[in-house]
Amino acid sequence: MTEAAAVPLDARPRLPHGVRLVHNEAHGGWVLLAPERVFKADPIAAEIVKRCNGQATVTAIVDDLVQAYSAPRDRVLADVSALLRQLADRRLLEL
Amino acid sequence: MATDQRERPVAGQNSRSTNGAAAPTLHGPIGLLAELTHRCPLGCPYCSNPLALDARERELDTQSWARVFAEAAALGVLQVHLSGGEPGARRDLVEITAAARSSGLYTNLITSAVGITASTLEKLVAAGLDHVQISIQDSEPDSADKIANYAGAFARKKALADRVVALKIPLTINCVVHRANVDRIRAMVELAVSLGASRVEIAHVQYYGWALRNRDSLMPAADQVPRAVKAVEELRKQYHGKIVIDAVLPDYYARFPKPCVGGWGRRSLNVTPAGKVLPCHAAEVIPNLEFWHVQDHSLADIWANSPAFKAFRGTAWMKEPCRSCERRDIDYGGCRCQAFMLTGDAAAADPVCHLSPHHADVVALAARQDDVPYSYRLNPRKADSDVLVR
Repeated sequence: MTEAAAVPLDARPRLPHGVRLVHNEAHGGWVLLAPERVFKADPIAAEIVKRCNGQATVTAIVDDLVQAYSAPRDRVLADVSALLRQLADRRLLEL
Repeated sequence: MATDQRERPVAGQNSRSTNGAAAPTLHGPIGLLAELTHRCPLGCPYCSNPLALDARERELDTQSWARVFAEAAALGVLQVHLSGGEPGARRDLVEITAAARSSGLYTNLITSAVGITASTLEKLVAAGLDHVQISIQDSEPDSADKIANYAGAFARKKALADRVVALKIPLTINCVVHRANVDRIRAMVELAVSLGASRVEIAHVQYYGWALRNRDSLMPAADQVPRAVKAVEELRKQYHGKIVIDAVLPDYYARFPKPCVGGWGRRSLNVTPAGKVLPCHAAEVIPNLEFWHVQDHSLADIWANSPAFKAFRGTAWMKEPCRSCERRDIDYGGCRCQAFMLTGDAAAADPVCHLSPHHADVVALAARQDDVPYSYRLNPRKADSDVLVR
């Protein structure tokens, strides 16, 4: 099973066709639109997903967030890995 | 983290009741079910369309749908479900899809696959289609075609599914299950996986409209239901990360009612082919509700002020046992249409709930099966012409 599989650091995550991150005033922030589902993205999740452009590696995304938010690298890596794994398991992200 | 969406207040729409007390904040809807037409080549005996179908001559035109989508997006709607009938019966489906997408809406095509050609699909994708849902009636071709009342439907569904996946559009396979196919949930999920779907819905028939008419022919046997629940649990573990399995439990076997449409007038709305706006697709079964049309009112006005939407919004309309129930903000008293159909009172607790005084009736109905032939869904009749008299 893939449940506990780690996210490879050299993967270049991207949103597949049919999954879009949009900002919506009426719903108070960032939302992830997916097949017949809508997920509210908190500001941290939105910052991570925005960087999933199919070009940046997981390592690069983590480095970028560490720099942008002056946050401890271990903590950022844990947050990014957990979110990417959760989204990939729901078929909302390609790794 | 990304979590399931809960609506936020829509700016400027805090309404007040007539006595001056603050009314609960009105939220904007998330989803719009656009029933583009009631015409459909299939005749599924559980069709969710009403028994009285809108004729082609009464269908909203392209420009009206475009206006509805623009108003919906402004109201906060995020996703539009292009449905029917069979939406492929509309010759302007590509233009309608393009209009929805250009309003900023996420576009979901809900199709039987019969009536969507490969060339139409390519045009839909070019117009910005985000997702396709294809229904299958069974994993066995002969049984599937018999349920759909359309020879060759199953093969055409597989062919369109292949095209959708080849174009890298996410695909959901929708399986409506009932007595004739509920024992093949595993085979249906495996079929969805083999077709390349990223999501599969296992939806037990809900008994409204045509399904209510065919209830005794569709009702699963008591021993089928726990087997179906177990099969879904096993398949979810087996295919974790490979395909998302969304399952709707069979209503009549539940202990608590479903939070129908996420609460009346709370998350979604439905526009019929002729432009009538409903809180849910079955709402017209409830007598004396006043529905408004998109030809007469803006969608924002309808959402906030239409008597039908206000009738069961919130919790003030509730009677006991709902009124004081700790679950009233979880399941909103269940389904208003079902409450009316089974108890005669649309403000009663949904009798699926074990706390309803009518719950024993539901248990008795769930035990009733009869292998009478299906009464297949028909197509809309031409407006007026069949009853034209001089």
